[in-house]
Amino acid sequence: MPLPTPPHDDVVHSEAFLRTLMRRQLQLSIACAAAFMIVLFGLPIANYLAPELMATRVFGFTLSWLVLGVLFFPAVWVISWFFIRRSISLEEQEVKSVANVRKE
Amino acid sequence: MSALLPLSASLAFLGGVDPWIFGFSAITVVVTIWMGFRSAKTSKTASDFFVAGRSVSVGWNASAISGEYLSAASFMGIAGMVMSSGYDALWYPVCYACGYLFLLLFIAGPLRRFGAYTIPDFAEGRFDSPLFRKIAVCFVLFIGFFYTMPQMKGAGTTLAYIFPGIPYWAGVAIVGAVITLNVALGGMKGITLVQAFQYWMKMFAISVPVFVLMAVYGGYGAHVGANRTAAESLAEPAAIVQTIDTPRATLPATAPSDVSWVSPFGPLTTKAAKAAGLSAEETKPYSLLYTYSLIIALVCGTAGLPHILVRFYTNPDGVAAKRTTMWVMILIGVFYVFPPVFGVLGRNLLPELYAATGAKGTDKIVLELPRIINERYGIWGSVLSGIACAGAFAAFMSTFSGLLVSMTGALAHDVYGRILKPHATAEERMRMFKIAAVVIGAMSVVLGSQVEQLQINFMVGQAFAIAAASYFPLLFMSVWWRGMTMKGAATGMLGGGLAALACTTVINLSDLKIIDLGVFWRTNPLIRILCEQPAIWTVPLAIVLMIVVSKATRTTVPGDVRMKMLVLHAPEKLGLKQEYIQEHSAGAGH
Repeated sequence: MPLPTPPHDDVVHSEAFLRTLMRRQLQLSIACAAAFMIVLFGLPIANYLAPELMATRVFGFTLSWLVLGVLFFPAVWVISWFFIRRSISLEEQEVKSVANVRKE
Repeated sequence: MSALLPLSASLAFLGGVDPWIFGFSAITVVVTIWMGFRSAKTSKTASDFFVAGRSVSVGWNASAISGEYLSAASFMGIAGMVMSSGYDALWYPVCYACGYLFLLLFIAGPLRRFGAYTIPDFAEGRFDSPLFRKIAVCFVLFIGFFYTMPQMKGAGTTLAYIFPGIPYWAGVAIVGAVITLNVALGGMKGITLVQAFQYWMKMFAISVPVFVLMAVYGGYGAHVGANRTAAESLAEPAAIVQTIDTPRATLPATAPSDVSWVSPFGPLTTKAAKAAGLSAEETKPYSLLYTYSLIIALVCGTAGLPHILVRFYTNPDGVAAKRTTMWVMILIGVFYVFPPVFGVLGRNLLPELYAATGAKGTDKIVLELPRIINERYGIWGSVLSGIACAGAFAAFMSTFSGLLVSMTGALAHDVYGRILKPHATAEERMRMFKIAAVVIGAMSVVLGSQVEQLQINFMVGQAFAIAAASYFPLLFMSVWWRGMTMKGAATGMLGGGLAALACTTVINLSDLKIIDLGVFWRTNPLIRILCEQPAIWTVPLAIVLMIVVSKATRTTVPGDVRMKMLVLHAPEKLGLKQEYIQEHSAGAGH
């Protein structure tokens, strides 16, 4: 159910609210993206600089093959699960804080 | 069973067609068409046709998005490319799956909150510019056609495998006609159900043959292990590291060597530098560049595929959009473990495919490989191969339907409904939707029949490269940067997108030998790599253009940008969307 239209001098329409809103969500997104990109861009570098290490055999796979072909997927699920949990709780906090200010 | 055998034997005699393979594929096609027709009865309104009434549940929607996303490239192309190029091709499945993370982190939630039918709707709404809508529509069509070509190659390859007698182009034409009919009758609501069904169909069809093959011929790791790395071939030139049950047949001369196949920086990424006559050490930096550019194209491209993005509008709200993305990542992540297994096993068990090209080459490994079980367990190989064919049908049928819906939507909803005839009645729009579907279906068939010699996965990569340089910067920047102006967005999207489009077109024309650039590529390997995988420079180009032009035209930032940003980012519970629409319709009255 949408709430009734708030007046325009409401806290929601202030510059400060939008700024905090965007900054907090962007910070979360960037943190998760950074974790992902370290793995994603790190692997080719590891292959480039340490080919012998990455060619070590693990269950018949080379280490590099195991990481890219199998382990990568669960790693990404963990990042996205973390992101969704945090992002939904961020939204709840925002709704709550707006409701508190409006009450006052 | 005994009554069936003479019948199936006579059928096999008629056309060299394996009855089991034919049977399973026919069932998939019939079920798909039946589901399309059935839901055609229930989808009546224009909203039903375009975004399925916006009321699809998370589970259904996630299966449907995954079903639509797992295309011929995922089902057949990855296996074919892993077999032909080895390790480097693994980047494709990984980035196809992980690109969704970017979509989730930066785009999914805000885009859903903004609420619009299509990406062109978003482009217009965010910048209040009907002109920008037209530019955005062009890219739906560009990317769409680049993405349909590999689907058509998948269709042609599969039909040529099932019916050894028919030519490649005939397979393309038959599949194109069937799907076009289905879309014209059912619209998108039909598609949601069909797509969800097809995800599970594909998952079943890729995993079951893999498990059986591994049980019979040895595991994934053992088959990777049969390829010796550089250090191992130096240490013990004769010994095989891991033994597999069946000794490998001799590899044809066209197959890459063990070392280059199992190690990073193999044939896929070093081709250009090798052709220029550089030594192994000298090619490595080129190879690294190629890998990075490929990663950028695939990750950013996933976040900008128009036919996937349109699906987010079928979520009830932004939270559901995020949950859906999470489930999509799990569903497709599990799927993507399997196709490379076919490529790995295929290298050891069916190396003769290396010697063939076009529809008979490595792209059909997923279909052909299960059939070798026939040698040991009677017809079971044919049954499994039939299941794999059914999965391939599900793959190119679902993706092509999805593309057709989004391209047809662009033509009917955007070009016709908004530009040519803004006051068209709902009935006229529905009729236009059907006409547009037929026109685009026919064009796809014509384009698809031309690309038999190109690899499926490679072509999909190109569609991703164009999406990465056009839609991804547009969405990312317009969602997170308030200073963006229409001119900035349009310049960036056009600059990046057209540069990528030009590069990929040149590469395709030269690979199909329509124009001869062989000598030029040999002398300029760097240019060849930057054209073949342009994302590493086109994505930054698009973003820089957006920033520079937006700064220069600062005065034209939309007046209500703060309100727009609030709608994009504030939780739905605050009810801002309602308010925005009221304000907007009031504004239009002035």
